[in-house]
Amino acid sequence: MEESAMTETIQFTLNGKPMKLTVDSDRMLLWVLRTDLELTGTKYGCGESLCGACTVVVDNIAVRSCQTPVKHIQGREVVTIEGLMKEGKLHPLQRAFMDHDALQCGYCTPGMIMNAYSVLRNHPKPSAADIIEGMNDNLCRCGAHNRIVQAIQMAAKEVEGGF
Amino acid sequence: MNDDQTSGLEFLEEPSDFQISRRDFFKVAGSGIFVLFTLGDTLLAQQRQGSRLPTDFNAFLKIGEDGRVSCYVGKIEMGQGIVTSLPQMLADELDVSVDSVDIVMGDTDLCPWDMGTFGSLSTRSFGPSLRAAGAEARQVLLELGSEQMKIAVDNLATEDGFVVDKTNKEHRVSYAQLAKGKKIERHASGKVALKKPAEFKIMSASLTRRDAQEKVTGNAKYTGDIRLPGMLYAKVLRPPAHGAKFIDVDVSEAKKMKDVQVVREGDFVAVLHKYPDVAEEALSKIKAKFDQPTSVLDDKNIFDHLVKVAPAGRSVSTNGDLKAGESAAKIIVEESYFNAYVAHSAIEPHAAIANIEGGKATVWVSTQNPFTCKEEIAKELGFPSQNVRVITPYVGGGFGGKTTNLQALDAARLAKITGKPVQVAYTRKEEFFFDSFRPAAVVKIKSGVTDKGKISLWDYGVYFAGERGAQHFYDIPNANTTAYNSSWVGASGSHPFATGPWRAPGNNTNSFARESQIDIMAAKVGIDPLEFRLQNLGDKRMIRVLKASAEKFGWKPGKAPSGRGRGIACGIDAGTYVASIAEVKVDKGTGNVQVKRVVCAQDMGVVINPEGATIQMEGCIMMGLGYTLTEQVHFKGGDILEANFDTYQIPRFSWLPKIETVILDNKELDPQGGGEPAIVTMGGAVANAIYDAVGIRMHHLPMTPERILEEMKES
Repeated sequence: MEESAMTETIQFTLNGKPMKLTVDSDRMLLWVLRTDLELTGTKYGCGESLCGACTVVVDNIAVRSCQTPVKHIQGREVVTIEGLMKEGKLHPLQRAFMDHDALQCGYCTPGMIMNAYSVLRNHPKPSAADIIEGMNDNLCRCGAHNRIVQAIQMAAKEVEGGF
Repeated sequence: MNDDQTSGLEFLEEPSDFQISRRDFFKVAGSGIFVLFTLGDTLLAQQRQGSRLPTDFNAFLKIGEDGRVSCYVGKIEMGQGIVTSLPQMLADELDVSVDSVDIVMGDTDLCPWDMGTFGSLSTRSFGPSLRAAGAEARQVLLELGSEQMKIAVDNLATEDGFVVDKTNKEHRVSYAQLAKGKKIERHASGKVALKKPAEFKIMSASLTRRDAQEKVTGNAKYTGDIRLPGMLYAKVLRPPAHGAKFIDVDVSEAKKMKDVQVVREGDFVAVLHKYPDVAEEALSKIKAKFDQPTSVLDDKNIFDHLVKVAPAGRSVSTNGDLKAGESAAKIIVEESYFNAYVAHSAIEPHAAIANIEGGKATVWVSTQNPFTCKEEIAKELGFPSQNVRVITPYVGGGFGGKTTNLQALDAARLAKITGKPVQVAYTRKEEFFFDSFRPAAVVKIKSGVTDKGKISLWDYGVYFAGERGAQHFYDIPNANTTAYNSSWVGASGSHPFATGPWRAPGNNTNSFARESQIDIMAAKVGIDPLEFRLQNLGDKRMIRVLKASAEKFGWKPGKAPSGRGRGIACGIDAGTYVASIAEVKVDKGTGNVQVKRVVCAQDMGVVINPEGATIQMEGCIMMGLGYTLTEQVHFKGGDILEANFDTYQIPRFSWLPKIETVILDNKELDPQGGGEPAIVTMGGAVANAIYDAVGIRMHHLPMTPERILEEMKES
């Protein structure tokens, strides 16, 4: 039996709260979130950053957690789908996805919302083209694309001037 | 749906080796009003063996002492929205708010037997039965109310969970009060009249999805999200190619990893760990030898192979005399059409968790057919069927692909071997490897048209796609339709791997071929493609959807190719009529096709949830662009060359056309299918639009840039 050589302590902010983990720091954030931290909203879809189902936001940028080793989040601020609700209230993006029926099976939805969160952070007044470009690497098989674009547009109007 | 949802039937959680008799069922099911109902056409008694519930009904509803309505159905929710639309139907028939209806789905211990969720059947076939049960329950409530209020039933009405005196609405009694202390069993007799569409309050109104909040907050549980105490994640050694035989394996390196458990039974080799990624790493340390499969088939020679090995044809329909049709024709068109194997590619890969305790297996599965899956697991474990319970959490997309449940068998087997709960979830590569692809298929058509533009001949043969959608609907005096291998599963020696149903199985292939052929004839006789269809149609529903789509689109007649890039196609699927018009832009330099706009009109009978139906149409249009433009499984000698979404391209945001949908009101007809029809016309509409744009006729799906360029070079 060999011990993993890479075990280290990782400190970061998770959904607004300080977090300290002692893990094999080469493990991917996706699996640490889903198992060690029991946050299963972040999904596995492809394992190679090709579908976006595992998207979380690190320091306001969308990253694919399936290919982000935990050591890369040392000292950083991580937001997952579970961290979007504030004081029991849905985030405008979550409400907009509901209002526009911007989901079917819902499996890609957390990744879509987290990616959109990052798109809005970086384009406070996005055009439809900005949204399409920003969302293009997030895959949806049910074909909810039309409504996802509409939902993000609506949420953008609401969050204008800050989250 | 959710594992933590209270069912109201907790008694069924008690371990029992025995089937529950009807008497026992009612003994333990608590007080209330029960309506049991069946679907006549699916009463396959032999398939119901092992059901814990009495087997003579398909589903039931209960009005409890708290006035809540609970409905137990074996269907599952995979995005199609029946978790919303089924309670809607029930609420409307019962005159209660949708919020007071609970639905429990896809649990083989709590729900009566169901054949599976596919074929756009949930609303179309199950819906009327559910509504009949609701209507029956409402009748019972009226009778009980009449007894209690001493008022004749005719003078009573139902309103928002109450039976009320028509002359004095203050005088009323709640469903809860009426159900109190009662134990009433009824069977949906079908004799109680259903509400007429004009009376619908809830059914025809749009309603936000009931599962939406759970899904936008990340709280919705899919199979892979469930983690039982002590559970291990397993990774199973897979062959490198279909048909490759196991020779030997060295697991020593994997065994050295801390806390990794290695299982080997013959050629079944698996590694397990409390973290899935560590199990994956352990799997990568296994060195296995397999021999080379002997198959020489690949994605290019497959079509010749299929035609060569096709079994004798089955006549789908025949009328008139083909020879007479041929001599009446001025122009004869003889063409072949091809489509590649296509993957289901749900974003949620197949997953299962098995837990065996006290000789009973509980298995959570991402499946479209929990009751079939239960039988498969029982067989795998050697358990009596009633000792297996399948629970279906939310399913992250199915499209036909989750009717195969091999991962559940792996999980069950490993749970039995290790004595621990085990999760098996496919990687994307496994998902492609084990997918039951939409079959590659060939369609050969010989058709003829008179100098007046009337189709006089139609000789149609479809190989391996299946019969769905093979039957044309045009007015043709001399026609023959034959299916060679009429199932999506191929005869032995045909497909080199598993094939299965894929959203609107068979119909995408058949509609692409038929509508392309129709367009070729229209072009040869120089008639506008819409006009040509209309003058060869007598079917009023089809004429209506074609005209509706043309009107919405602003179709201006002209013979193809007009350079405008507009194509039309129509079809029938699951009882629904659909016509689509696509507008495309073809980049002559790169061969890339951008679909700019799609207008789709559909007649689906009574519409239960217009918003839900529109969403399904939009989904069909987007998904349809994939099999039309890019999706194809490359393979060589049993080796599946697609492993992920880099080579296998599914539609994405940048493809999004302007989508406009029209649902024609047809309240005279029961609800027809909604989850599949609008996908069947995409191949034909886009192929015809490409022809209209640049004058090339595409015979192969998908119409990739390479194929477009090749075709342009040849023309």
